[in-house]
Amino acid sequence: MAIAIKTENLSKAYQLGEFTTGTLSQDIERMWFRLRGKEDPFLKIGETNDRSVKGTSNMVWSLKDIDFEIEQGEAVGIIGRNGAGKSTLLKILSRVTSPTTGSIKVKGRIASLLEVGTGFHPELTGRENIFLNGAILGMRKAEIKRKFDEIVDFSGVERYVDTPVKRYSSGMYVRLAFAVAAYLETEILIVDEVLAVGDAEFQKKCLGKMSDVSKGEGRTILFVSHNMAAVSALCTRSILLKHGTIEETGKVEDVIKKYLSSKKVDTGGMKIFDGTEPERFGERRCAIWESIVLTNQDGLVTDNFLMGEKLKIELNLEVFKPSDDFEIGVAIGNLQEVYTHYLVSPWEGFTSLSHKGKTAVEVELPVVNLFPGSYLINIWICVQGAYYDDAIHNAINFKVVEGKVNQHDTYFERFSKNTQVFTPSHWKIK
Amino acid sequence: MNKIQEHWDMEIRPGSNLFDLHLKDLWHYRDLLLLLVRRDFVSFYKQTIFGPLWFFIQPIFTTIIFTFVFSKMAGISTEGIPPPLFYLTGTVAWNYFADCLTKTSTVFKDNATIFGKVYFPRLIMPLSIVISNLVKFGVQFLLFIILLIWYLVKGEPVHSNMYILLFPFIVFFMALLGLGLGLIVTALTTKYRDLAFLVTFGVQLMMYATPVIYPLSAAPAKYARVIALNPLSGLIETFRYGFLGSGRFYAGYFWYSVIVSVLIFFIGLIVFNKVEKNFVDTV
Repeated sequence: MAIAIKTENLSKAYQLGEFTTGTLSQDIERMWFRLRGKEDPFLKIGETNDRSVKGTSNMVWSLKDIDFEIEQGEAVGIIGRNGAGKSTLLKILSRVTSPTTGSIKVKGRIASLLEVGTGFHPELTGRENIFLNGAILGMRKAEIKRKFDEIVDFSGVERYVDTPVKRYSSGMYVRLAFAVAAYLETEILIVDEVLAVGDAEFQKKCLGKMSDVSKGEGRTILFVSHNMAAVSALCTRSILLKHGTIEETGKVEDVIKKYLSSKKVDTGGMKIFDGTEPERFGERRCAIWESIVLTNQDGLVTDNFLMGEKLKIELNLEVFKPSDDFEIGVAIGNLQEVYTHYLVSPWEGFTSLSHKGKTAVEVELPVVNLFPGSYLINIWICVQGAYYDDAIHNAINFKVVEGKVNQHDTYFERFSKNTQVFTPSHWKIK
Repeated sequence: MNKIQEHWDMEIRPGSNLFDLHLKDLWHYRDLLLLLVRRDFVSFYKQTIFGPLWFFIQPIFTTIIFTFVFSKMAGISTEGIPPPLFYLTGTVAWNYFADCLTKTSTVFKDNATIFGKVYFPRLIMPLSIVISNLVKFGVQFLLFIILLIWYLVKGEPVHSNMYILLFPFIVFFMALLGLGLGLIVTALTTKYRDLAFLVTFGVQLMMYATPVIYPLSAAPAKYARVIALNPLSGLIETFRYGFLGSGRFYAGYFWYSVIVSVLIFFIGLIVFNKVEKNFVDTV
């Protein structure tokens, strides 16, 4: 098989911290070194990108010596925890930014979907935006014209095609945007988690389309996602990145297994407890926690939630001593451990776990009313009145991003130092 | 060792040749250029009643104010040309240059989100701005022509002459100069934001160092030299001379403007090209 993409010693360094102070003098210094044919002094210190460890220099390697080859017609999934370098790799491949050292050689045209609907203009109609977006993605006008009907058909927004997209619902907007991208005819397609949008039915449609693209049409796909189910469904091979280097490559099942089993892995909305949690208390005689899964209202496993959205917490446990007197608790707080929510099962009349063995309990928070930011969840289980049987502090983290909580403009940053909870209120003149 | 040279369609490398301007890429994306121009134009007048008529409002009011302030109050010479016509000529021409400069000087900042998500030759954006502004200029130029004919019919001392043929070149070199300066500024603002403030302010000041509201002949001799150093002076003077027959054709100034415009344009291209590859990391 011919090779479609080949990278050699690909590395990318980023400067940390503020850019403004000292940039001019630093730039002059660097230029001086380069003029004399010496190595850039600020690049000398090679540090891998582990954000939890404080480094000594303010240059950091987001990618370091990446070497891989991708064959034509392959679908390759790129996985890794946040900050592993996935996005950087995609950005370099799609030529949004350039590498610091090394090279990538490519056979065929590349189209990248780091986002759907790039360049959509709210004032323009759906029709006009299809053309504009298609052209931004590298299609010629004639090409778009030829596929126009198919695109509209796939998006399912036929009736609105001559309406400005600012009047579209967010779902329609995304459908239209993905439809344009779906009809790109490049030999290589680079896809970032764009599938994490739209409703479940549309996501399925997108996955189906992508799998047609790779299996049916023999085109090469690079797919980055946190959604392991999507990666394993779509890809044949996978690359696991860690701290900017390749940790593992191989068959998709093997790589995903390795990724999920590695300790302290942030799987994005899912955590399996193996007894090594640093802050875990209790004797675990009545029950033991096995895992926690966070899903959004579309049923997607994720650690990113929109304000106003539903948050479901699935708690998997094994019950040793069934009882009608259990207390299960979930505490939600910010990373400074200021708690905003206590969800305690007896308060809602839920106390009974009557089957011995594995049980799944679901807690639903109908509306995420937390301010944008990062949060942690503590979970515990005990028999009412007794000491914790199994309690895990900081069981999982999740993020809340700004979303619509009502039809008005909201702004929270100004207040987020003081409080974390949005409460609806009614205002009128009396 | 196997030494067969493999064929690759594209190679992504850290640095690139300063003079490699991706012209082939640019050609491939020519449809995008036109669609962006269309976008700018259409989105400008969507949901307005007067639509493109709004393009008229600004030059008309500027002309009225200039006539009042500089001609009536300050009594600055217009070389015998009816003041409204004199100021409209300057305003229309100056506006085109100023718009090209100010709008292109924020290209990286304004399009950071698009540039951060998808690749297309970055030069397409500033080029589309220059062409969009050309459309606007065309509409305003029409206004100017109407006024010109009105004064000609009235028999005012307006003498259009052969130098009118230089008009397309003057517009072209104004665009080159505005674009070139804009490219330099936008490339530098990715790191040093200070320049963005300087531009809006500087363009305002620069108008007074350009014979827009006064003819070059009215400037005192010792300042005339300095004003002529401004590459726009030669262009605007020639523009006015061709259409109105005021002043005279300063061949030296004109050629000086042409050479400086081309030079600045190429410097702009090279600087822009150098920065576009990595600006996403710093902007």
